Amino acid sequence: MHLSNEQKDYIRRIRFKKRFVLVSQIILGFTFLLTWELCSKYKIINSFIFSSPLLCFKTIWELLITGELLTHFSATMIEIVIAFVLGAFLGLGIAILLYLVPILNKIIDPYLTMINSLPKVALGPMLIIWCGANNKTIIFMALLINLIVSILTILNGFKNADKIKLKLLNSFGANKIDIMRYLILPGSIGTIMSTLKLNISMTLIGVIMGEFLVSKRGIGYLIIYGTQVFNLNLVISGIFILLFISYLMFIIVSLAEKFFCKYK
Amino acid sequence: MNNLLKIEKISKNYHSQQGEIEAIKNLSFDVNEGEFIAIVGSSGCGKSTLLNIIAGLEKQSSGTLKIKDSKSIGYMLQQDALFPWLTIKENVLLGLKIQKKVTNDKLAYADYLLDSYNLGEFKNKYPSCLSGGMRQRVALIRTLVLNPEIILLDEPFSALDYQTRLAVSDDVYKIIKKEKKTAIMVTHDLAEAISMADKIIVLTKRPAIIKKIYDINLTNKSNPIENRKAKEFAYYYDLIWKDIDAFVK
Repeated sequence: MHLSNEQKDYIRRIRFKKRFVLVSQIILGFTFLLTWELCSKYKIINSFIFSSPLLCFKTIWELLITGELLTHFSATMIEIVIAFVLGAFLGLGIAILLYLVPILNKIIDPYLTMINSLPKVALGPMLIIWCGANNKTIIFMALLINLIVSILTILNGFKNADKIKLKLLNSFGANKIDIMRYLILPGSIGTIMSTLKLNISMTLIGVIMGEFLVSKRGIGYLIIYGTQVFNLNLVISGIFILLFISYLMFIIVSLAEKFFCKYK
Repeated sequence: MNNLLKIEKISKNYHSQQGEIEAIKNLSFDVNEGEFIAIVGSSGCGKSTLLNIIAGLEKQSSGTLKIKDSKSIGYMLQQDALFPWLTIKENVLLGLKIQKKVTNDKLAYADYLLDSYNLGEFKNKYPSCLSGGMRQRVALIRTLVLNPEIILLDEPFSALDYQTRLAVSDDVYKIIKKEKKTAIMVTHDLAEAISMADKIIVLTKRPAIIKKIYDINLTNKSNPIENRKAKEFAYYYDLIWKDIDAFVK
């Protein structure tokens, strides 16, 4: 296909912009790490309490070769995945139920709102007594944090379904299940996906908070343990690993979103 | 002529906490097979309510509605309401699927309709690939494939720009006539009504009652765009315009 010079120019500009953004992102991250490293090396900051990128890298490397990293990483990942998946399915399921039975929704609405604004960490001590000092408490805590928000956001998405399409389905004689299947669910994929993205951070908050409270392994445990023995390298390494986990989860959900929204 | 639909003294009241609103009052008219009826009236006068009652989406407060077969009504709405996540073919088959009437004959009929109205090559594409006019044609085919005897059109072209609107109304009219369907169209566009309908029912402001029914007799009646050139066009326009309670507040 022959392209005019203007078109070639346009494409070139778009590509340039994309590359510029990517290069800038890399430079930004690199500069941050480099400044941090240099400040620590030349004693502008105290590396004992502020650590440094190289020290963190060394710490992570040591954790990796001793196999400890895998233990802690997998412990946290298992909790995250269970809480995230449970939250997603329960959230979707309960939202569907509340949509199909609007009167039920009306009745429990104030309770949902109340529970939603309750700081869930307040329930932590009680959860430990109920479920024990194990990862059941951690998963339960994460679930409490992500579930209510999921229900409310997904339900709100359902209620915003296109009224004209709803009328069309009614004119076909559709029942509630048909409406759910053909309109509400496929029409809410966007909302569901953004709820899942929100849930990543909610679940992470819950899991780490839970690990702070009870666990004997996991990234949250590493961070708490690091603080207790004043090993800030370990604390900041733990934070780096958390950053990696949240980015990884985000990418997985984005891929799922692309898969479900092909029609766009 | 064969009487398909008989509406007798239909009224509809809406209830809200602020009080009761009479939307339509004592409407009676007949619809014969093959007729194209347009209902005009000032906005908010209850035209859509009337169609909803005929379609069975709302229940009238009083009066009777005699339809040969209530399953034989198809509804075409203000917007095409195509589902963006379904292909054109899947959109067309949606009503059949919900009514659990998908058969090989029906599938073949859907293909025939899509092919005959120049949408064959878009069957497996998504609605985002189509122009506004084409989307409206898909919406009509989605209604036709259910094989209704009466098609209700609720301001079906109102979301389109003027040029497209003329072209699409011409298109839809030809398809409805070719498939020998009876149609009841609600519109606020008087010229559109005169150019398409055999009969125009003028409703008053709310509560809507029938002000007048006009039989439209145009010389050399053909398709809507040509009909606008008929010498009686201006005469009807003038006559009906005076009947509509159009005013600027």
